[in-house]
Amino acid sequence: MTIDWPTLLPLVFAGLMGLAILIYVVLDGFDLGIGILFAVAEEDDQDTMIAAIGPFWDANETWLVLAVGLLLVAFPAAHGVILTALYLPVFVLLFGLILRGVAFDFRAKVPVGRKHRWNRSFLVGSLIASLAEGYMLGVYVLGLQTGPAAFAFGVLVAVCLASAYAAMGAAWLIYKSEGELQKKAVTWLRTSLMFTVVGMVAVSLATPFASPRIFDRWFVWPDLLYLSPLPVLSGALFLFLWRETSHLPKPGDRHALVPFLCLAAIFMLGFFGLAYSFYPFVVPDRLTIWEAASATESLGIILAGTVVVLPVIIFYSFYAYKVFGGKAGELRYD
Amino acid sequence: MEADPLILSRIQFAANISFHILFPTITIALAWMLLFFKWRYSATGDTSWMRAYFTWVKVFALSFAMGVVSGVTMSFQFGTNWPGFMEKVGNIAGPLLAYEVLTAFFLEAAFLGIMLFGFRRVSNRIHTLATVLVAVGTTLSAVWILALNSWMQTPAGFEVREGVVYATDWWAIVFNPSFPYRLVHMLLASGLTVSFLIAGLSALRYLKGDRSESMMKALRTAVGAAAILIPIQIFAGDQHGLNTLEYQPQKIAAMEANWETRSNVPLVLFAMPDEQERTNHYELAIPGGASLILRHSTAGVVPGLNDYVGNHPPVAPLFWSFRIMVGIGMLMLAVSWAAAFFLWRRQRLPKPLALLMVPMALSGWVATLAGWYTTEIGRQPWLVSGVLKTEEALGPVPGGHVALTLIIYLLTYVVLLAAYLSVLVHLSLKAAEEGDNSPLPGVIDVPLSQPVAGESP
Repeated sequence: MTIDWPTLLPLVFAGLMGLAILIYVVLDGFDLGIGILFAVAEEDDQDTMIAAIGPFWDANETWLVLAVGLLLVAFPAAHGVILTALYLPVFVLLFGLILRGVAFDFRAKVPVGRKHRWNRSFLVGSLIASLAEGYMLGVYVLGLQTGPAAFAFGVLVAVCLASAYAAMGAAWLIYKSEGELQKKAVTWLRTSLMFTVVGMVAVSLATPFASPRIFDRWFVWPDLLYLSPLPVLSGALFLFLWRETSHLPKPGDRHALVPFLCLAAIFMLGFFGLAYSFYPFVVPDRLTIWEAASATESLGIILAGTVVVLPVIIFYSFYAYKVFGGKAGELRYD
Repeated sequence: MEADPLILSRIQFAANISFHILFPTITIALAWMLLFFKWRYSATGDTSWMRAYFTWVKVFALSFAMGVVSGVTMSFQFGTNWPGFMEKVGNIAGPLLAYEVLTAFFLEAAFLGIMLFGFRRVSNRIHTLATVLVAVGTTLSAVWILALNSWMQTPAGFEVREGVVYATDWWAIVFNPSFPYRLVHMLLASGLTVSFLIAGLSALRYLKGDRSESMMKALRTAVGAAAILIPIQIFAGDQHGLNTLEYQPQKIAAMEANWETRSNVPLVLFAMPDEQERTNHYELAIPGGASLILRHSTAGVVPGLNDYVGNHPPVAPLFWSFRIMVGIGMLMLAVSWAAAFFLWRRQRLPKPLALLMVPMALSGWVATLAGWYTTEIGRQPWLVSGVLKTEEALGPVPGGHVALTLIIYLLTYVVLLAAYLSVLVHLSLKAAEEGDNSPLPGVIDVPLSQPVAGESP
């Protein structure tokens, strides 16, 4: 492999796209999760839950636009193949995102009597968007297969990703809330964590068995040794998190952010595992990142801007999170 | 009957983009309007400006959310319905879209939180800065998108190698021939849409007997802005038309329903264009009018559709949408000038005028949509003029799937639009009832805390 721009740029963009997807899953994961938790939350708690994500959800969702945008602009051929193959689940995802995005705003502005209707829309939208994302992940892992087996696997991953998001939501809520709601959030976290484990194990096992190529990448000595930290560390983090939740909330609200960080780390490890499995393909076993990439000149133009702008974006995102740090109070326009 | 994926995909994209454009049209200019309110508050300390800000920032938040969710939909639809577009011109469209997301979308989204909910958490100055950044973001977003759209209309700065478009000159791509005109026309359209929206909903409050200072300030600002912007827009639109005449003459020919290239072309006021017989029925026209407008002389030669047989857009939709846009523009001129006259000379709004202004709240939307239909349908049968035909970009998704999703999209949009409008009316009526007696604002310029007047800090 020679080191020149046509080789390097697609690689850089695959990395950037991966980063955008990872940030998206972690950030929008918690606010989609809060939406899912509306199913079990009392009406009094719902306002606080919304306040915990109010100033952030918009920017969180922008990472999805960036991820899809990068797929679109850096790997146009793959964008077409993946999105036409996933036409209906993408539609369901979009429908869910539309519903929850507007419900979020409507619930605070409609006459009081109609508020519950938008609360329900927020729940339904968040749930089906999460399910659709999980389903797409499942089908993608199987190399965009169709048929009953792929469908069933997609459904399994869908349920598990939705619970993983619910776990993220609960973990975020432990950080942003106090009192009774915080205690409830701990219970929610423990329940959803069980499903999350099932989901991650299912995806981890299914990926190598779905494709002999991926199987060969993992189960070869000594690669297996180098890769072993991924599953071992994930397992350790799960156990640690499980133990930690039985002690939360702690006096003085110590370690309130720990569950969220743990989950984010687990997501990251899982993501690295998937990335290793699929490299160098952007459409599994069909298109490599170099085959699908745009012209080098165009990628160069985008990269120049990205290098300048991305640090700024990360900086002001941190600033926004800092401004709205601390426990969530009432969300007001003034 | 087998569902035709081409026509269904076109309807679906048209529905999505029409629904989407409604909200950026509001947020682009409303952000600047809010900044104006904020600036007046900071300069005068008059709390009614801040109250006007809080009233309209809610509309901004709601419109922004509607714009975001419908915009996300569009970014996916390029791939789901029109994969051929990115495969052919991805090297041009890609960077432009990427820069939109990177420079504009993130900026808006990150500072929107502070702008909406951060007033008590940051200093007044930082809050103003957040408002500025959101306004810059919305406008920048429009710049990139209009650069891409204009490039699709009048492509420049590229070469085609092995069937794929490659960029040769980015400056020429961004500043393609129609871009400056389209950008100015759209920004002014946004300004007018917001002006009439604020004026219309304020007129509704006026009719309900609300004379609160915050409402009157918003009303006067909106009417003043509309009265100033509309003549500029008429001029800018005319210039845009002359630009189109130069680069896309077939579009002008269809807009004017001019079937023959000739001099002394009449300005057709009303007609039923007939593409079968290639003539107009029931024509009512001003002799020499079109030549006079387009060539500044009745002897001027205006291109006709006979030069573009088989390669021009459908005539009737262009003819009508263009007339709807211009008609609303004229109505805007009359209403805004009349309202300005009464507000500044008579200090009041006559009831019939206020009654007319209420439905005119949505006039900007109708004119903007009509204008976009004119220019977008006017590009057909091309997706990128002379480079890529619309039918060539279509993906392999079966018509049945497109039909199913189209129906659900349409239903969703109708419900959301109804909910959106009813919330606008609800917010206005509530504000009319409360007047300036609603709690708030009275804010002090203290860093990191903005206690309400009367509340102990």
